[in-house]
Amino acid sequence: MSKKNPEYDFKWCPGCGDFGVRRALELAMINRLEETGKPMENNVVVAGIGCSGNLVHLLEGNQPYGFHGIHGRTLPVAMGVKMARPELNVVVVAGDGDFLSIGGEHIGPQAARNLNICAVVMDNGVYGLTKGQSSPTTQLGTVTSSTPYGKIEAEADPLELYLTLGASFIASGFSGQPRELARLIGQGMDHEGFAMVHVQSPCTTYNDTFELMKGNARKGIDPLLYEVPEDHDASDRGAAFEMIHRRGVPMGVIYKDETRPSLEQRMVEVRGKAPRRSVDELMDSFAF
Amino acid sequence: MQMRDFVVRFAGEGGQGVVTSAEGLAQASTQVGYHALTYATFPSQILGGPTWTQARISVDPILSAGDDVDVLVAFNREAYDTHREDVRDGGLIIYNSNDFELEGDDRSYGLAIDELARSTGNNRAANMVIMGALAHLVSMPQTYLEEFVEARFRRGRANDDEIIDSNNLALKLGRDETAQSGFVLGDLTPPEMPEYPQVMLKGNEAVSLGALAAGLEFYVGYPISPATTILVFMERNLVGEDKFAYQVSSEIESITAILGAGYAGKKAMTATAGPGFSLMSEGLGLGWMAEIPLVVVDVQRGGPATGLPTKTEQSDLLACMYPAHGDVRLPVIAVGTVEECFFGAVKALNWAERYQGPVILMTEMALAERVQNIHRPDLSKVQPEGRLVYDGNNGYNRYQGNELSPMPLPGSPGAYVANGSEHDEMGDTTHLPSRHIQMTERRFSKLKLLEENDYEADNSDEPVMVMPWGGSKGPALEAYNQLREQGVPVGWYYTMNLNPLPPALLAELKQKELVIVPELNYQGQFSGILRSQGVNAVSITQYTGLPFKVRDLVAQITEMNNSHRKEMVRA
Repeated sequence: MSKKNPEYDFKWCPGCGDFGVRRALELAMINRLEETGKPMENNVVVAGIGCSGNLVHLLEGNQPYGFHGIHGRTLPVAMGVKMARPELNVVVVAGDGDFLSIGGEHIGPQAARNLNICAVVMDNGVYGLTKGQSSPTTQLGTVTSSTPYGKIEAEADPLELYLTLGASFIASGFSGQPRELARLIGQGMDHEGFAMVHVQSPCTTYNDTFELMKGNARKGIDPLLYEVPEDHDASDRGAAFEMIHRRGVPMGVIYKDETRPSLEQRMVEVRGKAPRRSVDELMDSFAF
Repeated sequence: MQMRDFVVRFAGEGGQGVVTSAEGLAQASTQVGYHALTYATFPSQILGGPTWTQARISVDPILSAGDDVDVLVAFNREAYDTHREDVRDGGLIIYNSNDFELEGDDRSYGLAIDELARSTGNNRAANMVIMGALAHLVSMPQTYLEEFVEARFRRGRANDDEIIDSNNLALKLGRDETAQSGFVLGDLTPPEMPEYPQVMLKGNEAVSLGALAAGLEFYVGYPISPATTILVFMERNLVGEDKFAYQVSSEIESITAILGAGYAGKKAMTATAGPGFSLMSEGLGLGWMAEIPLVVVDVQRGGPATGLPTKTEQSDLLACMYPAHGDVRLPVIAVGTVEECFFGAVKALNWAERYQGPVILMTEMALAERVQNIHRPDLSKVQPEGRLVYDGNNGYNRYQGNELSPMPLPGSPGAYVANGSEHDEMGDTTHLPSRHIQMTERRFSKLKLLEENDYEADNSDEPVMVMPWGGSKGPALEAYNQLREQGVPVGWYYTMNLNPLPPALLAELKQKELVIVPELNYQGQFSGILRSQGVNAVSITQYTGLPFKVRDLVAQITEMNNSHRKEMVRA
């Protein structure tokens, strides 16, 4: 929303990681506008349900198109938009609950299709909007309102999941560094295929991981975050796999396969094989 | 004996040629000017399993698959045992003597179907052996069938002549064997070729063609009986620069992908059956809420859950009209004939664009798989509608006002958020009571744009009316015609527009003493909806997984009309 809207009463908590992700997305879309000359309206932001999905209403300045649908279904909606209008730049924004739990079934098919969109997942390891239940990325043993005696389900490893399912671009980032994150989102948008940008975006109310991420020397906490080394070969699936299994949260592009055609490119290919017949000609084939 | 029509039932094991025989007979007959209609029921397996298909061939246009079987073709013993009771008095049974032998049945004769086919050098000519036999039974000239063989197998191949000769030989062998058996059924009246152009279509093909004619651009679907053939049709035929047809990974993907496409400006559709429709519930509510044009075709099958995947029923009406939680009532079009499958699809796409929201097109298994000759739809009469699109420059909000408003499309000015949460004019989430009131009323007000006085009425001065919906139209109309001939004073109403009902029809219905609604479900779903709108409607229900028999409808309507009259006299 470009101007203040008194009717819209949703607010992120002070210090929420999603503020940084919003800024990063705004920067990435502005950069794209400057680079391509295409209007802001050429961007479509498909949002999930949860704290993070409200990002689509909270974007400031020049407004892209938005779609704020139902819980867990950002990817197939994005597929509909993209395959209907391939010239549009389609970005998904969703949280770990929306994307990995209820929406988990949609990741594999879109990765296999190599749908040409960029999905930005804000991972805070908790269901914030419903007030603190455990999510797929909540650590095993964590006490939350829905796991009063500790979570008894192993935590998901989203980066490994994306790699296994065949995403052709995987980046990992942190909400506390919006400029760096904007670059990752920009690269994800530019990638011709299914781009995942997984962002640590801490929830200051229910699962504040800022200190764990950035570390605290006084308390003897080593930071989880580290830069992806310059010599990392993102085209090497094995190297990506190793990095995902190292301790800590990498920041940068972990994996990138530029050899696979996207769904729309494949569609153009197979269309070439299909005979085109008008409705009248089709009707002829049933005439006698 | 002169016959104006005859009914053949082919019964056997899946894969024995039960369906192809019926469809072949229908094609051969229509080619010389007869009318034909088939009814198919399938086992839920790829090969094998008991199955049967019925073909009705007539000099006159056909309304139902026929109550009584004139000839049963039994491919195996089980088929003979199961279906012989349905053969009318004076009817005949041809059984496959390569499969089993019978003694002491004076209305049956054995035909060595496989052996005769093999003797022509063409194992695939078994259907033709049967057709030759049937032709003899009803005195159909051999030339009719030879014309069909010529049309079907003359494809410019080197061995065309060979194939045609073997098929003609098969026809002759079937005919000669039958002549030797001494059985005859009668003389089928020679046909008159209709003067209008015709096509031979299945219901699902007609739906697909109608959607294409109305300008469909985007189709996704997930395989499910009996809707799969629409997906298959679209994958082959919805091609071109700005077109997209694709098999997705679930019905949840289907509905949400067409929501995305509809939002992006495309005419988008999917087709499914009950179980898939249930999965689309939340997405349909989103389409209503965010005001996105799209069409969902529900090809009904039987029962809740997995139910009866390959049988017919009309039990999804309540689900289609109220598919989602919250205050939602979707427009519903239900089609009753193969021809209506075409025009219903056109209407569904037009409605979706006109009122900017989801439209449900209801068909059913018996229609989807029915093969019928119909008047070739006149494409020049199809008028595709487009949505009202915002083409201004600034300052406009998508959900402005209390009724339909122009829709901005991504890529152009007018950026907004299509929102499934209650929202204000620009699409931002809100909880204000005044806004929820305004937006709820806005959404319902748009249904008025779909009020069309498009319905059939006959003898509408009668106090008691028959009003079927969907695929029960055929048997009900045949029953109605018989009732009128018998002097039973009932009238006829029918419409495809189940929601919103044509306003003039609703006004008439409210004046009637009794409205009888034949429908294939347990609860009497449509009569319930009519009663809620102030109509004294009562259902004739049936929940067997099979279509109505005309005879049953005649009896029940007569009885309901009589007891209604007695009540009126007492009152």
